[in-house]
Amino acid sequence: MLEIHNLCAGVNGKPILKDLNLRVKTGEIHAIMGPNGSGKSTLAQVLAGRSDYTVTGGSVLFNGVSLLEMKPEDRARAGIFLAFQYPVEIPGVNSTVFLKAALNECRKARGEQELDAMEFLALVKQKSKLLELDPSLLNRSVNEGFSGGEKKRNEVFQMAVLEPKLAILDETDSGLDIDALKIVAEGVNKLHRPDNSAVVITHYQRLLDYIVPDVVHVLAQGRIVKTGGKELALELEKRGYDWVLEKVNPNASHD
Amino acid sequence: MIDMLKQPKTNPGAGCAVAVAPASNEDRVQAVLAAFARPTAKKFPAWLQTIRAAAAVDAAKVGFSTIRDEEWKFTNMAPLLQLPLHPAQKSGLAPGLKDISGFTFGLDCYRLVFVDGYFCAKLSSLPGKNNDLQLGSLAEYAEANPSEMRKHLTRHACGGMNFFTALNTAYFQDGAFVSIAAGKTADKPIHLLFIGASEQPGSTSLPRNLILAASGAELKIIESHVSLSDAPRVANGVTELALGPNARVEHCMVQQESEQAFHVATVQAVLSKDSRWTSHSISLGARVARNQIQARFDAEGGEAILNGLYLGGGDQLVDHHTVVDHAMPHCASHEFYHGVMAGRAHGVFNGKIFVRKDAQKTDAKQTNRNLLLSDTAMIDTKPQLEIFADDVKCTHGATVGQLSDESLFYLQARGIGVENARRMLIQAFASGVIERIGIAPVRAYLEERLAGRFLPAQK
Repeated sequence: MLEIHNLCAGVNGKPILKDLNLRVKTGEIHAIMGPNGSGKSTLAQVLAGRSDYTVTGGSVLFNGVSLLEMKPEDRARAGIFLAFQYPVEIPGVNSTVFLKAALNECRKARGEQELDAMEFLALVKQKSKLLELDPSLLNRSVNEGFSGGEKKRNEVFQMAVLEPKLAILDETDSGLDIDALKIVAEGVNKLHRPDNSAVVITHYQRLLDYIVPDVVHVLAQGRIVKTGGKELALELEKRGYDWVLEKVNPNASHD
Repeated sequence: MIDMLKQPKTNPGAGCAVAVAPASNEDRVQAVLAAFARPTAKKFPAWLQTIRAAAAVDAAKVGFSTIRDEEWKFTNMAPLLQLPLHPAQKSGLAPGLKDISGFTFGLDCYRLVFVDGYFCAKLSSLPGKNNDLQLGSLAEYAEANPSEMRKHLTRHACGGMNFFTALNTAYFQDGAFVSIAAGKTADKPIHLLFIGASEQPGSTSLPRNLILAASGAELKIIESHVSLSDAPRVANGVTELALGPNARVEHCMVQQESEQAFHVATVQAVLSKDSRWTSHSISLGARVARNQIQARFDAEGGEAILNGLYLGGGDQLVDHHTVVDHAMPHCASHEFYHGVMAGRAHGVFNGKIFVRKDAQKTDAKQTNRNLLLSDTAMIDTKPQLEIFADDVKCTHGATVGQLSDESLFYLQARGIGVENARRMLIQAFASGVIERIGIAPVRAYLEERLAGRFLPAQK
């Protein structure tokens, strides 16, 4: 589904991702862990098409199509979904209007019929139950005045409505208490199907108690430095990241 | 002075008294005043005649507003003097109901319609005789010379303010008179519709409105200005509002003139004890629009809310000068203005707040936010607070910015195309003002118009 080859990207001339390689097959859940500043969020933003980051090399194929030339909206329509680490508050833009527009754009791109207001509301009702999201939030402006937990839950809710092929969850667990974490994780699990994939970016192992990944990667200094099974996450939780970094890059000082 | 000026020799009924443009601005102004200074068919009472004559002198004395004047620094009205300015003539062919159907907001209301400044009874719908609401042509009411009119008309917005207010005071022919009895609430909103229909360049209408709300009365008014012609016309209106103790008045001005028109509006409200005035100024059209929205507290406990939305595109210039005069203690004012400028448009906001020496416990808040959609659009914003009391709360803030990249990206990342995303964000910004309007059909009408205006995004 996703093939990243030697991806190099940075911001304001400062390189962040350095020859990053990653392969996610259809139906898999991958976890990307790593210390702060290793480039986890940069990877997420680059995949979603944020123009603040400059890609300086490498390639990204999404279901065989080169992603990097595509506009953010076209990536979303093709089935990429980024759950933001910091969901943006957009005063004045009604949540329902926003989500209906988004869904219908995605459906149009897939050659499906647009949903009318009634059909959309039925869908929303069904999905908000799944995420235990207070439906009254959808009468408000996008994320405006939402608590941290509500924002994260709203991200997963949007994901449930849009049904992407590849979901990238950027530290969706940060700022969540344990109950909210469980609900969000359960949501992700329920949405997981053999024909879609997820990349779960997280700083802590905690989330992986609830979302069981097929593959765990360690991202450090802009590249994937270690890949393993779900037991790798537990080891990282116990021993921290230093042992991985030392092993990979004994001369870290001149990197 | 004015009496000595030559009267134009043209017949006022046919054609128009065109001021032939002479060389200097001063000469042009003299010619303009001469074009207006002619006997009027209306019988105004003597006291008003005296005031009008004085205002004519003021207009000549104050002179035309130029960019050398601090109050007009950013708003060059000189192109106005290039037009053959003359009093608007009564059109032989009045518009019909069909022509105005696009401007009625689909609103169940009382409506007064003026075409080029002339009252049009056949398009208007008035309340019955026994209603608590008096509503009609100001000129007709003036003939009966009611004492309440004498107390207020031209007393709040007078000739001394500036050239345009003086010109209006000296030469207005008609406008709306609205008066609601003590303790009564108007059973329907009131719509004052001013239509510019003249095809004559320089045709100038001077509508004059007086709105009175007696003690404890309640009233909602929409004052809208529209064009049926693309001629470079001029509308220079003055609206005075006097609120009795505990009165509640909402005044919503919607300006959607053609982009050739010049529009000058002065709105002056005076607030008695514990009264509340809510003003909205929605400025969408005109080549040059200058709006002066002013409130003065004459007693304690008053509250003035001044909302505004101005949109500019192409070469439009839209200017709001607001004045809130906290002349008395324990009053509150809240100002909330949003501007959106595209193309080469120029927006001006100047928000003056006076807090007089004895106006303790004043609570004044002013916010002006602006969105620039192109590199060539421009905003001049200036808060101007003059505070002479020491126990007051006054805050102000002005921002000028562009659409947030973060918000745009968020919408795009959900599949919404960039143009559509821009439109959504601009509309959301504008809605922040529109949603404050207390008349639902007007809100709906404006939302719809905005949606159309921002699609596709203006470059």
